[in-house]
Amino acid sequence: MTLDRSEKALDAESAGQWRRLCSIDELVPGAGVTAWCRGEQIALFLLLAGSERNVYALANGDPFSGANVIGRGIVGDIAAQPVVASPLYKQHFRLADGRCIESPEIALRTWPVRLRDGWVEIDMDS
Amino acid sequence: MNQDKNLSVPVDRRPSLIVIGNGMVGHHCVERLIELGAHHHHAISVFGEERHPAYDRVHLSEYFSGRDAASLALGEAGLYADHGVVLHLGEKVEKIDRTTREVVTLRGRYRFDRLVLATGSYPFVPAIPGSEGDARLVYRTLDDLDMIRAAAANARRGVVVGGGLLGLEAANALKRLGLEAHVVEFAPRLMPVQLDAEGGAALAARIEALGVGVHLSKATEAIVAGENGHRYRMRFADGTALDTDLVVFSAGIRPQDGLARDCGLEIAARGGVVVNDHCASSDPAIYAIGECASWRDRVFGLVAPGYRMARLVAERLAGQPSELFTGADMSTKLKLLGVDVGSIGDAHGASPGARSYRFVDERSASYRRLVVSEDGKRVLGAVLVGDNSFYDTLLQYVANAIAAPLAPEALILPAGEGAPALGIDALPDSATICSCHNVSKGTIRAAVDQGCLDLASLKRETRASTGCGGCSALLKQAFEAELAARGMAVDASLCEHFSHTRQALFDLVRLEGIEDFDTLMRRHGNGGLGCDICKPAVASILASNWNRPILDPALAPLQDTNDAFMANMQKDGTYSVVPRIAGGEITPDKLIVLGEVAKKYDLYTKITGGQRIDMFGAELHQLPSIWAELIAAGFETGHAYGKSTRTVKSCVGSSWCRYGVQDSVAMALRLEHRYKGLRSPHKLKFAVSGCTRECAEAQSKDIGVIATERGWNLYVCGNGGMRPRHAELFATDLDDETLVRYIDRLLMFYVRTADRLQRTSVWRENLDGGLDYLKSVVIDDCLGVCAELERQMALVVERYECEWANALSDPEKLKRFRTFVNQTQGDPGLRYVRERGQRRPARADEIPSVVSEESA
Repeated sequence: MTLDRSEKALDAESAGQWRRLCSIDELVPGAGVTAWCRGEQIALFLLLAGSERNVYALANGDPFSGANVIGRGIVGDIAAQPVVASPLYKQHFRLADGRCIESPEIALRTWPVRLRDGWVEIDMDS
Repeated sequence: MNQDKNLSVPVDRRPSLIVIGNGMVGHHCVERLIELGAHHHHAISVFGEERHPAYDRVHLSEYFSGRDAASLALGEAGLYADHGVVLHLGEKVEKIDRTTREVVTLRGRYRFDRLVLATGSYPFVPAIPGSEGDARLVYRTLDDLDMIRAAAANARRGVVVGGGLLGLEAANALKRLGLEAHVVEFAPRLMPVQLDAEGGAALAARIEALGVGVHLSKATEAIVAGENGHRYRMRFADGTALDTDLVVFSAGIRPQDGLARDCGLEIAARGGVVVNDHCASSDPAIYAIGECASWRDRVFGLVAPGYRMARLVAERLAGQPSELFTGADMSTKLKLLGVDVGSIGDAHGASPGARSYRFVDERSASYRRLVVSEDGKRVLGAVLVGDNSFYDTLLQYVANAIAAPLAPEALILPAGEGAPALGIDALPDSATICSCHNVSKGTIRAAVDQGCLDLASLKRETRASTGCGGCSALLKQAFEAELAARGMAVDASLCEHFSHTRQALFDLVRLEGIEDFDTLMRRHGNGGLGCDICKPAVASILASNWNRPILDPALAPLQDTNDAFMANMQKDGTYSVVPRIAGGEITPDKLIVLGEVAKKYDLYTKITGGQRIDMFGAELHQLPSIWAELIAAGFETGHAYGKSTRTVKSCVGSSWCRYGVQDSVAMALRLEHRYKGLRSPHKLKFAVSGCTRECAEAQSKDIGVIATERGWNLYVCGNGGMRPRHAELFATDLDDETLVRYIDRLLMFYVRTADRLQRTSVWRENLDGGLDYLKSVVIDDCLGVCAELERQMALVVERYECEWANALSDPEKLKRFRTFVNQTQGDPGLRYVRERGQRRPARADEIPSVVSEESA
């Protein structure tokens, strides 16, 4: 999830499964946006902590409402764990692993993310 | 009838229980029966002579200040029906037939196995020659009040005969109707039962200062034709006279015992059905409770003892262990014509050897008397006029036999003289907190143990403070003490990120000039990112204070679901769009634009309850272009998405309506354009009606304005919704400027002091001191804050700017208004069906199982 500068430079389109989604400038600090990739809707969240930039990628579909809205939720933390609140019925999902705080048997799909040359990339097949 | 054979009507073999009387006491008995499950074993019927279901007689005079029959009604509307209790309203019982065990009305005969008489009392009207029509009114029922109101329509002066508790209430009612009110009392002082001579004198002085005439030691001999333009003249035994236009008698009550008398039940010498300690009459199958009952030759004219009788009879009928009736404490605390009056225990010092302390303040016409036992160790009673803040403590001394302090006089000395306030901790568990519903301190503790962690649920659970309401301050104290004892008392934290209440955060933001979340978190928070509780709350506080555009970069991530995209998110994640249509007034051209926009984007269109038009089904990326078109046509945002001013509904008013007395549309426009953009703890709805017919339904709004011949009446703190609340009349006949000034102050006071997501109605109900306090803050400026409240409102008004116009001019703000940041398409997951010519989201069962087109 955290950007990893030690990763070897790879062409996003060729090597491995890393796919370019969008420029880092499309993200909104402290909030989410949504990207489209191979039929999947991906909610991207950017959190700034000092000079550190943490990006998270979660499924945009809200399992409680069936609507694609997770990327529009409020970002916050519960007991120091970063979460997003579904904008419809307000369940909280951990950004790190997609786990629902209120119903731990439910989790959103998550994808590994990295920042590379000003691009946001995710590993679709992991 | 011959069909009967063919119908298999199940015969109800349950014993029949009939309650005659649907007043406060009769209703309380039924409520208690239902609580105890008696309706499972009994067929319960209730007969009420009045056409209204049980209502709150204690607060009857509020009928003249905006409350109607519905808002005075007791209990939940469906309670009887939901539990199979049959209510016969407007059906007078003519006779009780004890031989056949039947109750007889004009409509039929009803068998009973057990009977409860809760017929109450009727006003005693002395026989006075010439007393008829409007010179023979009484003050007891809603119908009586309607007659008084009708009589007052063309009257200037009204007289109440009887200077007791109810008489002074009636005088208050006359005053509220705009009449010059007078009280005529036979005794040499007011409230002779509760007060001593000095107390009566202090009360008279206060009431006269309010412009109510007080005439003592007057026996009315005759009522004749009036002079000096008045309809009647009252002639007194001492040769004096008083002109008036109507006379209300409130000279005491008499038990309504006619039915009991006629069927041969034992009746007390001074009236009332004789009952024993179980409240059973001389016929053990028939009980009598409340003001129709006479226990040891006493009739109790207060609601608390009536309730106690109702409870013990219900318990007995339900086969539960029941207490005995042991008499009642007749202590009372009330506000008559705005004057505090209290009477506790042995107010007259009648106990053998009793001694008194008296405190008299002639300047403010305050009086207090403390009655103690001969040895000075027990407080026996007290009289209070002018200041009831002493009442709770004194009552606890009397009711719980707490040892008096060494210098008992300190109990009635003015504050600052070291009066030892009796903390809730000093009370034993058995101490009664609410005497109407007999709720003890121990009961409150148990309720908190069982999870009542806020005052509202505690009241719901225990019913404490839902009778006369006199114990509300004490209840709050007891509740807070219980929380404190569990170490959770003062935790009014907003959330894990802020250990402050919303009010405290509001003050910090205002006083320190804080304009962003991070600064507030750094200075006053517990660290972390915040959450979906504190972020929107702080966003609202910042907006109420500084009114900056809500999508400014530092503010945007704080906004709640709807504010974040300045539209209302619907169940499928699309949005609805509501442009402002101030006052519900719209030109045909603008109406056409709305139609065109809705058609272009295929938006489902519906008229809202706030007189505007809601357009549904816009995707996130469509919002900016929709708004660009609306703004180009002269629309602005309607804030339908915000906890903020929504609409000012109006009727067409004097410009078209043949009944309108003021231009309600112009006033609605003025108010809507003034307060649009004001963010508040919850949504705000307004309405303006052009006449008393009230077509705009202003009395169900946070701010309701109703035109009068002389200006505007202001109603406040009403709402519809889940728990409707009738707005209360706040001020009358205001000119335009005063109206706006009061609304400025009231709204800003609400914005400052309410809890998160607390509507004005709940805020008002939780306000210590109630409506009177609110009036003293807003009208009399008792806190000295009005100038500042007005300044703050002026700032909010001055900084108003259409948020959508602001956002459209800033590409950075529009960044999030994209369904996908890397695609221009919309959400392919959305599915619609067409219904009645428009689209709506498809239900799950309407979506055929589609193979994902993307999987290839």
